[in-house]
Amino acid sequence: MIVDFVPIWTLILGLAVFFYVLLDGFDLGVGILYNFADSKAARDLLMNSIAPIWDGNETWLVLGGIGLLAAFPLAFAIIIPAVYFPILVMLLALIFRGVAFEFRLRDSEHRTFWDHAFGYGSTTATFAQGVVLGAFIQGFVVEGRHFAGGSLDCITPFSLFTGAALLFGYGLLGAGWLILKLEGALAARARAQARICFIGTLASVGIVSLWTPLMDGAIAARWFSWPNIAWLSPVPLLAALFALLEWRAIADPKVELKPFVYAVCLFSLSYLGIAISLWPMIVPHHYTLWQAASAPDTQIFLGAGTLFLLPVILIYTGWSYWVFRGKARADIGYH
Amino acid sequence: MTLDPLILSRLQFAWVVAWHILLPALTIGLASYIALLEGVYFFSGKDIWVRISGFWTRVFAVAFGMGVVSGVVMPFQFGTNWSRFSDATANIISPMLAYEGLTAFTLEAGFLGVLLFGRNLVPRWAHFASALMVAAGTLISTFWILVTNSWMQTPAGYKIVDGLFYPTSWMQIIFTASFPYRFAHTVVAFYVTTGFVVMGVAAYLLRRKKSAEEARLMLSVTLWLLSVLVPLQILLGDMHGLNTLRYQPAKLAAIEAHWNREARAPLTLFAIPDMAAETNHYAIEVPLLGSLILTHDINGVVPGLKEFPRADRAPAAIPFFAFRIMVGLGLVMLALAAAGLWLRLRGRLYDQDWYLRALMAASPIGFIAVIAGWTTTEVGRQPWTVYDVMRTAGSVTPSLTGLDVLISLAGYAVVYCIMFPAGLWMVMRIVCAGVSARDAAPVGAGRPAAPVKPVPGDTR
Repeated sequence: MIVDFVPIWTLILGLAVFFYVLLDGFDLGVGILYNFADSKAARDLLMNSIAPIWDGNETWLVLGGIGLLAAFPLAFAIIIPAVYFPILVMLLALIFRGVAFEFRLRDSEHRTFWDHAFGYGSTTATFAQGVVLGAFIQGFVVEGRHFAGGSLDCITPFSLFTGAALLFGYGLLGAGWLILKLEGALAARARAQARICFIGTLASVGIVSLWTPLMDGAIAARWFSWPNIAWLSPVPLLAALFALLEWRAIADPKVELKPFVYAVCLFSLSYLGIAISLWPMIVPHHYTLWQAASAPDTQIFLGAGTLFLLPVILIYTGWSYWVFRGKARADIGYH
Repeated sequence: MTLDPLILSRLQFAWVVAWHILLPALTIGLASYIALLEGVYFFSGKDIWVRISGFWTRVFAVAFGMGVVSGVVMPFQFGTNWSRFSDATANIISPMLAYEGLTAFTLEAGFLGVLLFGRNLVPRWAHFASALMVAAGTLISTFWILVTNSWMQTPAGYKIVDGLFYPTSWMQIIFTASFPYRFAHTVVAFYVTTGFVVMGVAAYLLRRKKSAEEARLMLSVTLWLLSVLVPLQILLGDMHGLNTLRYQPAKLAAIEAHWNREARAPLTLFAIPDMAAETNHYAIEVPLLGSLILTHDINGVVPGLKEFPRADRAPAAIPFFAFRIMVGLGLVMLALAAAGLWLRLRGRLYDQDWYLRALMAASPIGFIAVIAGWTTTEVGRQPWTVYDVMRTAGSVTPSLTGLDVLISLAGYAVVYCIMFPAGLWMVMRIVCAGVSARDAAPVGAGRPAAPVKPVPGDTR
């Protein structure tokens, strides 16, 4: 083989999953905060702020899942069965919250039911994704090319904690989006929610950062051995900087975009932190990215198209966001 | 009885895909139909076209949303329940599924928002272009999914090393022997399905004397389309059958419940196939017709199930009956289209009550035929996931217990039993409200001048 495509595919898949986390993260976050909206007018606005874009955001979940299958099929075949029930719960919750966009409008007699479907569905799906993340970091029982544990192995104190942590994280992204898209009292309320979610997120990131090295000697060695500690120190330092900036941005009623942007920066650094902890494993403790990779022919065939298509997709997705720019309104959005 | 994770996983896959396929069957047809309506409106400027388009766009929005959420479930099934299949075939099928996501889902999602919500926010041409892009996205999605499915039916372009499939020719993988027939037959099936839904709704509106002008136009245009598409579909089905005879003889034998290889074979209209005794009970047969239909030659040889080892035979009863349901419904559709043409010639198309009632009754006919056809082809492929190469029994996730799958199947069963009736009810409400004047929204760039009112019945 002349060229090693695994690093390229690691980057593509990493970006796809990260896009999903950001994009569906903020609209699931809006769904979590939807539980706390106290009037029909407020709920209408919250939902309209994401109605034109949610299904595009969810597309990235499919792209992430299929991307894992395409680039690292062995990891897909081991990890997905290992998180059988969290995936099931996530999918069922996403069904409820996805149909609520249309059903809530068409079925005014049962609007409260569909409101709950949207709010609880978003919350449950987020929690389940957090459990998947925690279980993935902890690793699985593997024999040969198969997951060999039980279907409830993935439910641990750590994975339950990461499930709860993600609620705060997506809540922070959602609140950042709402600060951008709403006005007046609703925007002020989103700031208050952003503050709570920010504190929760920061505490969670801190606890996970201590818990993972205590749980896993390899992760401790990765971060705290010399000279790694020097090379990797910018990650926590930058996180601290962005946390400070985020705190100030949330507090300043004049800045509307920055709370969202800094929340994205915090997510990026946390994501990078997890990647550094696990590198180069894709099935922690068992298989590296290279061992789990698909055939080079497959990576080339798909990679060529992907590199051509991704910029095109970003252009028209950007156009769609541009069309629906500006503050969310109660009067547009529904056809 | 012990719970078998294999059987339960197959039931679960059948359950989630059978419900899911109903939605693309409608949205693929509607997306093209809406693009057609928007196109006529764009070039003619007549409001009636945009009123009809707005009406069907509301139905489309409900169906598309449900299609997205039930579709997200599908790729994860490969991982949760069919991990050995995923591990073995990923090198081949994953690029097809990934290209579906990259070329189709993103296209649909990117332009759907503008199609549904953006009529007043973008120039007219951009809205029409968005309708075209969404329609193109649905067709591209169909292309890749049927590429994948056809490869599983008639695999080519691969080699196997240590139990894993590796690609040798992407052209052979994409354009397999059964692909062109399966693709054409499926797309036309979805168009015909949508056509009968549109005709049924138009008939309902005509009988209720609601939105009569729009309903007449819907009925007229759709009947012209179906007059071409239904005969075309029967022709395509016949060609698909010849293809199956050549490339999947064991499947064809199961579909026909035909036991002995023979020339001048009869056509079995009805029978109870008995896999254990290798015979049919209560068979009703027409001499010679089997060879004539299946091979286009009265002396043609039809394969029999006994040619194949018992372990390699599909359970004949299911594809046998499913196929007969599909063909029977196809003939009913042909009769309905022909009756419509005859009434049109006599100028009685819009007021012949028995015909309008028949059209209403026939509105779900395409969905039933699609499910029957899908059952025929997928059960007919058994006991293989990759025909003649990889067995279904060897494809299932090894770590699963029967209880795991029973719980997940119950979860999908409960949720789908809430969602799908609810979705149907929403669509029926939209239909009952009829086409409204507000569907002809003022068109122009920039923000809307007046608020767009929510649906009738909304208490805002």
